[in-house]
Amino acid sequence: MLFDYATLKVIWWGFVGALMIGFAVTGGFDLGAGMLLPFLGRNDAERRVVINTVGATWEGNQTWFITAGGALFAAWPLVYAAAFSGFYIALMLLLFALFFRPVGFDYRSKIADPRWRSTWDWALFAGGFVPALIFGVAFGNLLLGVPFRYDDTMRLTYTGSFFALLNPFAILSGLISVAMFVMHGAAFIQIKADGAIAGRAARAAIVAALALCVLFLLAGFIVNGHVEGYRVVSMPGASTAFVPTDKTVVQAVGAWTDNYARWPLTRLLPLIAIAGALQCAWMSRMRVPLAAFISSAIALAGVILTAGVSMFPFVMPSSLDPASSLTLWDAVASRKSLGIMFWVVIVMLPVILLYTGWVYRVLRGKITEADVRLDEHTLY
Amino acid sequence: MHTVAAGYVTASMFVLGISAYYLLKARDTGFALRSFAVAAGFGLASTLCVIVLGDESGYTAGEVNKVKLAAIEAEYHTEPAPAGLTLVGMPDDKAQRTDYAVKIPWVLGLIATRSADEPVTGIDDLKKQFAVRIRNGMQAYAALARLKAGDQSPQAKADFERLKGDLGYGLLLKKYTPNVVDATPEQIAMAVNDTVPKVAPMFWSFRLMVGLGLLLLFIFSASFYFLVRKRLAPQRWLLKLALWSIPLPWLAAEFGWFVAEYGRQPWTIAGVLPTNLSASTLSSGNLYFSLAGFVGFYTLLLVVEMFLMVKYARLGPSSLHSGRYHFEQTQTQAQAPLPALASTQS
Repeated sequence: MLFDYATLKVIWWGFVGALMIGFAVTGGFDLGAGMLLPFLGRNDAERRVVINTVGATWEGNQTWFITAGGALFAAWPLVYAAAFSGFYIALMLLLFALFFRPVGFDYRSKIADPRWRSTWDWALFAGGFVPALIFGVAFGNLLLGVPFRYDDTMRLTYTGSFFALLNPFAILSGLISVAMFVMHGAAFIQIKADGAIAGRAARAAIVAALALCVLFLLAGFIVNGHVEGYRVVSMPGASTAFVPTDKTVVQAVGAWTDNYARWPLTRLLPLIAIAGALQCAWMSRMRVPLAAFISSAIALAGVILTAGVSMFPFVMPSSLDPASSLTLWDAVASRKSLGIMFWVVIVMLPVILLYTGWVYRVLRGKITEADVRLDEHTLY
Repeated sequence: MHTVAAGYVTASMFVLGISAYYLLKARDTGFALRSFAVAAGFGLASTLCVIVLGDESGYTAGEVNKVKLAAIEAEYHTEPAPAGLTLVGMPDDKAQRTDYAVKIPWVLGLIATRSADEPVTGIDDLKKQFAVRIRNGMQAYAALARLKAGDQSPQAKADFERLKGDLGYGLLLKKYTPNVVDATPEQIAMAVNDTVPKVAPMFWSFRLMVGLGLLLLFIFSASFYFLVRKRLAPQRWLLKLALWSIPLPWLAAEFGWFVAEYGRQPWTIAGVLPTNLSASTLSSGNLYFSLAGFVGFYTLLLVVEMFLMVKYARLGPSSLHSGRYHFEQTQTQAQAPLPALASTQS
C-alpha cells in the first residue's frame, strides 16, 4: 500500500468532504430550484420552465447524496451508525421531504387542473426547503456536539431528542444552508432560463448571496466566542486502530479555531466563502450567469470546508461523553477497506466527472417556454 | 439477479395486461399488438431467467444456509439420499412431521444437491449441530470475557481462536441470560429451537411464490404461442387472464421476500450476529413515527399513482395527442378503413 493508515484516514476525510461538496454543487441547485419554483414561475408555463431547467439532471445529481451516504457507511461506519440513529427523526423527515421530488416532478404535469399543479409545486418547494434546512441543522448540531456515548461493548446510546436538535445555533446553520442552495439554484436558473425568469433568478441570487454572507459571519462570530469546541488531549497513535473511548477529549470555548492558528493558510477558507458569495451577487447583477454559478460553487465549497476544518479531526463530537466523540482517527473502517476503496475512488471519480461533464455538455443551452410546448409529453 | 429478473417480469406483466385490455376493447389494436408482442417476448425470457436464477439461489441456500432450505421444504428428518420433494402438505412443528404430504421421490435431493447420493440435512440433525455450536459459543464468549478483562496468556488467546467461529451461536443465548456463560440446559434448548424458523409460513410462502411463477410462465408462453400463430384475438380467456394477472408478479415478489427475510431468522448475519442484538437503541416512539410516516406516505402515493395509472391506461396512446388514436377519432373516422389501406384500394 502506498500510504500508512494515518495518511489514509486523512485522505478519506478529504474524500468525504469532496463528496459533500460534490453533492452541494450539483444536487444543491436542484434543491434551490425546488425552493424557488413557486416564486420564479408566475404562471404554469414559466413554472414548467423552472422545473425543466433541472429536469434532465436532478436524478444524476441526487446520486452524489447517495454516494456520500454510501461512503460514510463504508469509510466511517461508526459515524454512519451514530448519525443515522441519533438524527433518526430528522433524517426521516429529510427522507419524506425528498420523496416529494421524484413524485412531484413526475405527477405534476400529468393533469392540467391548476389546483393539482399548484399542490405539487408546493410539494417540490418542501422537497427543496426541508432537506436544505435539515442539512444545515445537522451541521450546526455537529459543531455543538450531540449527546451519545458508547458502553464497554461499543453499543451506542443516544440521549437527545428531535426537538433538542432545533436549537437557535442549529437553526442559524440551517438558514445558512438554505441561503447557500437558494443562491446556487438561482445562479443555475440564470444559465438555463432566459427572459423574465432569468431576471427574477438574478435578483433572488443577489438576495440569497447577501443573506448568506450575513448569516455566515454571524455563525462564525458565535462559534469563535460562544460555542464550546472540542480538543483531543491524548490518543493512541494515529496509525493504529483504536476505539473512540481510548482517547481523552476536553471542551473549551474557542477550540474550534485551534486549526486556524496552527495552519494559517486555512484562514483563507472563510474568506473564500464570503468572496464567492459576493462575487456571485455581483455577477448576477452584471448578468454573467456562468461566472455567477462558478462563484456560487466556490462559496459552497468555502462554507463546507470552513465547517470541516474548524472541527478537524472531529467528525461527530459527543457532548454527553467527550471521550466517545467520533474523529477521523477512530471512527474509520479498517486499513484494508480504506485502501481498497481508495483505488476505487481514484479510478471511478474521474470517470464520473468525465461523463457528468459530457452530459451537461450535451444538455447545454437554455430551456424556453417554446421548448416546453414542443415536448409537452416528454418534459416534466 | 433473481430479484432484478423478477422486476422485469413485473414490468412485462403490466404491459401485457394493459395491452390485453386494449385488445379486449378492440381499440388501437395495432399499437396494442406491438406492445403485447414486446411484453410477451421479454416477459417469457425474464420469467425463464427468474426460474433458473431462483434454482441457483436455492442451490446456494442448500450449501450455506441449510436450515432455510430444510424449513422451506419441511424436511423435519434427514432422509436417505436422494430426498423426496414434498409438493404440498400440512407442516406440523410440534409433531415434527408433515401431514397429508404429497411427495415426489428423489426430486428434492436432485434439485438441492445436484447429485443422487448427497443427503439433504433435516431439521433434527441441524438442531443437533446447532446445540454443539451453541455450547462452543458459550466457551468462546467466556474466553473473550477473559481477554477483555486483561488476561494476556497464550492459553486465553488459543481458547478464543479455536472457538471464535461459534461466538455468534453463543450470542443467541443473550436473549435468555445476559451472561451467556451461565446458561441452563433449558435455556440452551430454547436457543436451539430459535435457530429454526417456523416451517409452515416458509413452506407455504415458497410454494405460493413458485406456483405464481409457474402461472406467469404459462401466461407468457401461451401469449407468445398464440401471438406467433397469429391467433391471439379469439383467445379472450387469455387476454382476460393477462389483464387480471397484473398484480401477480408483485405478490410473488412479496412471498419471495418473506421467504428470504423470515427464513434467515434468528440471524442478521447468518452464524455471526443474532437479530435481537443488531437492533439500534432507538425508542419505540421513534420507530412508530417512521413506520406511520412510511405507511401514510406510501398509501397517499398509492392512491395518486393508481388514479394516474388507471386514467392513462384507459386513455391509452390517445394521451399523446398525436391525433392517430382511438379517442381522437370521430365516430365515422374510427369506423372507416385506415387511410393507408383506403389509398391502396382506390
